[in-house]
Amino acid sequence: MVDATQTATAPLDPVAAPVRSEGYWRSVWRRLRRDKVAMTAGGVLLFILSLAVFAPWIAPQDPLHGTMLMRLRPIGTEGHILGTDELGRDMLSRLIWGGRLSLLMGVTPVIFAFFIGSAIGITAGYAGGIVNTLIMRTVDVFYAFPSVLLAVALSGALGAGLGNALLSLTVVFIPPIARVAESVTTRLRSSDFIEAARASGASALTIVRVHVLGNVLGPIFVYATSLIAVSMILASGLSFLGLGVRPPNPEWGLMLNTLRTAIYVQPWVAALPGMMIFAVSISFNLLSDGLRSAMEVRA
Amino acid sequence: MTDPYVRIRDLGVTFTGGAKPVRAVGGVSLDIREGEAVALIGESGSGKSVTMRAIMRLNPEKRSRIEGSIHVGGHDVMKLGARRLARFRGAEVAMIFQEPLLALDPVYTLGAQITESIRRHEPVSRAEARARALQLFERVRIPSPERRLDSYPHEMSGGMRQRAMIALALACRPKLLLADEPTTALDATVQIQVLLLLRELQRDLGLSIIFVTHDIGAAVEVADRIAVMYAGRIVEEASARDLMRAPRHPYTIGLLKSRAHGAMVKGARLDTIPGAPPDLANLPAGCAFAPRCFLAADSCRRDDPPPLVALDGGRTARCLRVEHTHPDAIGTPAH
Repeated sequence: MVDATQTATAPLDPVAAPVRSEGYWRSVWRRLRRDKVAMTAGGVLLFILSLAVFAPWIAPQDPLHGTMLMRLRPIGTEGHILGTDELGRDMLSRLIWGGRLSLLMGVTPVIFAFFIGSAIGITAGYAGGIVNTLIMRTVDVFYAFPSVLLAVALSGALGAGLGNALLSLTVVFIPPIARVAESVTTRLRSSDFIEAARASGASALTIVRVHVLGNVLGPIFVYATSLIAVSMILASGLSFLGLGVRPPNPEWGLMLNTLRTAIYVQPWVAALPGMMIFAVSISFNLLSDGLRSAMEVRA
Repeated sequence: MTDPYVRIRDLGVTFTGGAKPVRAVGGVSLDIREGEAVALIGESGSGKSVTMRAIMRLNPEKRSRIEGSIHVGGHDVMKLGARRLARFRGAEVAMIFQEPLLALDPVYTLGAQITESIRRHEPVSRAEARARALQLFERVRIPSPERRLDSYPHEMSGGMRQRAMIALALACRPKLLLADEPTTALDATVQIQVLLLLRELQRDLGLSIIFVTHDIGAAVEVADRIAVMYAGRIVEEASARDLMRAPRHPYTIGLLKSRAHGAMVKGARLDTIPGAPPDLANLPAGCAFAPRCFLAADSCRRDDPPPLVALDGGRTARCLRVEHTHPDAIGTPAH
């Protein structure tokens, strides 16, 4: 109110002049940077991601070959800092390589589901009425299954393998994302600025493309980030059940499965893949929390 | 006299979405000349906003039934196809909303929103559109307009936002501006500035304005003519001056009496209109205002709604007993 009152009377005064306005995403980034927890989580993720990306150069040994003479060595063994698994393969190398598949299986389904689910949800939300009911009740059918059960059932039906695991995980994540997209879109549809856009002659397509998408993507993005953690856990579960990645490929869930038998021999080594899953999923969760609060500035 | 710029005849809007159809507007006729500002006043639910939205066909088409005819600048609004309607909205008629924070898209800068609107209607380059946006910001007197173009709505104050909203509405040089309670969400000192700005723009650009409000003070500030609405009908229409000086419809008289005005004694009670507005899904027979009217007679409660009565000075009132409200009959009722 203050600067508006000055408007009419006083000419521009350099002190009272509004501060240089920064872009929206820049301001989100500035607030996110102040959030220590989110930044730490982001750092952890960045670290693990670069380990996975540069695995061939970083991993000290071949993740697929070991010697039976060196099986199940404890953490701190010379030459095998994190010990060896039940086939005598170097744990550190397998964990580093395993990040590739685990992260792939955590992120890819969510990315696909992000696009498909958003499209479904925005369509349903903007169309409203009977179209909305039809789409959303269909989505609800899938949503009614517990996600683990649905993923296992789909993977089982499609057959084991990386591709099928990714596909079934994508299907699992479409309904929750579609629901978030639908609820945000429905709320937007009756908002004043959508009506203002219509009043200025925007077509339905323009309104969806510019005004709905611009406002919906943020919340869905935050939500999807938190789903990555779930996706990783589910993917690990699928591999654990023998439905995802096949041995001897290193993947954290699969490693956890095969090392399960050695839990009384080398409990710490057996727990390592689980710790990686835990670290990555909690980091994604914390990062998405931070993102959510950093993006909530308006109003 | 030439044809009026806006010509509304027997407009009826019935919302059919609910369990019972609600007749929000029941036969409104209104003419607005080029460059004229008309205020629609009335309480909540009197149909003023619905009438205004009907001019742009913004009422939900599936859930409403619209009768009558609307002509704006030679366009038959009811018959416009989707394409022509899109071109008509924004370029011929534009609208400003009550709460600018909600009516501006929060994720785009104001400059982006204005240039988008200009480029939607006219084939101009981005730089050109931006230059025009800058002119508009100067026009509505936003300080340091260059920088403010890159601001987001939440970074501005309420009055500034409403100015930006006006700039956005004027982006495609409309000839008719619809203002839906543009000052209700602002505080008192900013209200008057926005009203003066609207008045000035109307004079300079030759705009016609339809101004919807429930604030009579604001209406008088901006409007040449005032139409008072009650229960979906215009009950009285007169020049702003005549209406304030000598209201003729009992409802208008009640409205003016219920205002707090400067000369009130401290502690004095405000006059009120007894009762509550009628249920639009279930209107009483006869005059809708009769149950609350101090002048009502038996004839007022009979079957037909009263017709508009033409009075001298080009004003009209929808009242059977209008002769009883003549200033000579009851003194000067407003003050």
